[in-house]
Amino acid sequence: MPKVIRNRRVEDDARQIVRLAEGVTPETVSIPAGPVLVPLAVWQARTTELAARGDVGVWLDAAEGAELIAADLPKLAAVAVNFPAFTDGRGYSTAALLRTRHGYTGELRAIGDVLRDQFQAYVRCGFDTLQPNDGRYTDAQLEAAIASLGDFSVPYQGAVDEPRPLWARAQREVRAS
Amino acid sequence: MYRYDEYDQRLVDERVAQFSDQTRRYLAGELSEDEFRPLRLQNGLYIQRHAPMLRIAVPYGLFSSAQLRKLAHIARHYDRGYGHFTTRQNIQFNWPALEKVPEILAQLATVQMHAIQTSGNCIRNITSDPYAGVAADELIDPRPWCEILRQWSSFHPEFAHLPRKFKFAVNGAEEDRAVIQAHDIGLDVVKNAAGEVGFRVLVGGGLGRTPIIGEEIAAFVPWQHIVTYCESILRVYNLHGRRDNKYKARIKILVKALGIEEFRRQVEAEWTFHKDGPSTLTAAEVARVAAHFVDPAYETLPATDVGYASLLAENKPFAAWVKRNVRAHKVPGYASVTVSLKKTGVPPGDITESQMDLLADLADAYSYGEVRATHQQNLVLADVRQSDLFKVWQTLRDAGLATPNIGLLTDIISCPGGDYCGLANAKSIPIANAIQERFDNLDYLYDIGEIELNISGCMNACGHHHVGHIGVLGVDKNGEEWYQVTIGGDQGNKAAIGKVIGPSFAAHEMPDVVTRLIETYLANRHEDERFVDTVRRIGIEPFKAHVYGNRQTEKKVAHA
Repeated sequence: MPKVIRNRRVEDDARQIVRLAEGVTPETVSIPAGPVLVPLAVWQARTTELAARGDVGVWLDAAEGAELIAADLPKLAAVAVNFPAFTDGRGYSTAALLRTRHGYTGELRAIGDVLRDQFQAYVRCGFDTLQPNDGRYTDAQLEAAIASLGDFSVPYQGAVDEPRPLWARAQREVRAS
Repeated sequence: MYRYDEYDQRLVDERVAQFSDQTRRYLAGELSEDEFRPLRLQNGLYIQRHAPMLRIAVPYGLFSSAQLRKLAHIARHYDRGYGHFTTRQNIQFNWPALEKVPEILAQLATVQMHAIQTSGNCIRNITSDPYAGVAADELIDPRPWCEILRQWSSFHPEFAHLPRKFKFAVNGAEEDRAVIQAHDIGLDVVKNAAGEVGFRVLVGGGLGRTPIIGEEIAAFVPWQHIVTYCESILRVYNLHGRRDNKYKARIKILVKALGIEEFRRQVEAEWTFHKDGPSTLTAAEVARVAAHFVDPAYETLPATDVGYASLLAENKPFAAWVKRNVRAHKVPGYASVTVSLKKTGVPPGDITESQMDLLADLADAYSYGEVRATHQQNLVLADVRQSDLFKVWQTLRDAGLATPNIGLLTDIISCPGGDYCGLANAKSIPIANAIQERFDNLDYLYDIGEIELNISGCMNACGHHHVGHIGVLGVDKNGEEWYQVTIGGDQGNKAAIGKVIGPSFAAHEMPDVVTRLIETYLANRHEDERFVDTVRRIGIEPFKAHVYGNRQTEKKVAHA
């Protein structure tokens, strides 16, 4: 069973990620039973059917903005944002928008090229669940990577996890020259 | 200057630990080359032509004597005895061993320095006026605002993987010495009619492949809102900037594609959600940061020191140096000294470890222990008493740091070029040196007057060639190095992109080309008219005609 990091712990996770293979359409793709994450296009094509299941989540690709799923958030069991490459930073803003602008409080998962060196940034932008690509890390590496979540103990700027910047949450002295 | 508190220090120490582990995992094969690249770049580490190159941050160009001594130490022990100051007011080392970089960063952290975000697709080191706090034409000190933005942008989780690099510049004086119009975001600290401090915000400027002068997106953003306003710009850019083509990924391309009106509309729409949020600045926080930048304990001195005045009258070389390398200071009896890193034969911006130590000593003895880096690749001792200028000059002269050429033709801005940089198409330093040699006569240099000659070894324009009065761009044609020349570029308040005068030249032709440009200027100039102003008045044609007059024969020779 795939492993994810959820709320700073490595957990087994049964939720399957449905990706559209070449030539398969959103209308015809078969959706397995059990918890799934489906592409936005599949959700949009089959909203009624999928919403009725109660265990369906949607994943947004990097170019798919948070606003495209905003109205449906109450119907979703989870939302994921796909990182086609870890260098594509749009997903950070998408996550921040889902959390702050659209008030999403459910599971928000980073999927795709999700690397440990970005783990803390993901969490700071509102992701609670991190799912690196299958096989990217061994179980031991994933356990070790939990440490990355604490790389910076007192970030300067506000973000989703802590909206107050450092100066608003700590007494900082002046050390003039 | 800004001194770290426990929080700043902890972040820098944590960065050292993080990067040490990343380097270890890379060397152990746990991180691929592709995965390591953005990580090392965000830590200023390039893999270059000969060795890695490490770019160390000098936030808004300001540093202390202790920091300079540490840089000297690094040059001595981890490099080949010198460093290179860049147009980003940073310093680069060209020969560090990759395995040693974590150790270098640990050394830097002991003097409150780092290499954070000096490269990569993130918010880069913020540049500013090297004469901030001491310039007579300063309206508002930009340094506290630079520091506030530095802290906001350091490890910003949302903007660590932008479509491309992102550069801020902040100016607070009448004369813009930070080239704010050629930055992704340029900020002018201003006061409105009611006397309130705020920012005129420019966006979408930049050089490189597509040089564009920034446009005004906001005439006045009150200071409380500058962080949230910048955050709004960055979020629009992060989501909508192009990612399919790195040459079209800078914010300037997005601003041009949307038009400034539509871009402004999107930013303002985003801002409605940020404005008055938790990142809204408070007077207490601004005061806390500003307290690091209060004036040193200046003495009450006469406006003109008697001994200094008589030395000026007696000693011609000293007077020549003062004329070019010493600037007026806002406090009577003080002056700012620009230390020239442009001695003929030395790569522009290069400084040796012993020169660094010497300068650190001078800073301690005569300038409150502070040094500044300029984007023209020189250094500044900002607070020197007039009565000390002669001693300072003698010491600098003996160390080869008193070339009296600031603002003149041999004060060339140049990137490291093909000798060092893996990106370059052509060499830069030998061109700079050849031009310096041709114009080594001081009287002739003074007669030519103020002129800026900028050289870049490739399209990335690290030498800011587009905004040089004379700009030289190295290009590759079928494996050969050629040089394209622009004239009429300018930085500062009347920033402009230079115009190409015609087909490019071989390296050996460059001193002649510059000579002919200068001859055209001297033949056409009005009294007290600078080169760039003559170009503005008469256009590029007369220059072109004189430069290419006998070009046909030269071309044949070049290809014979």
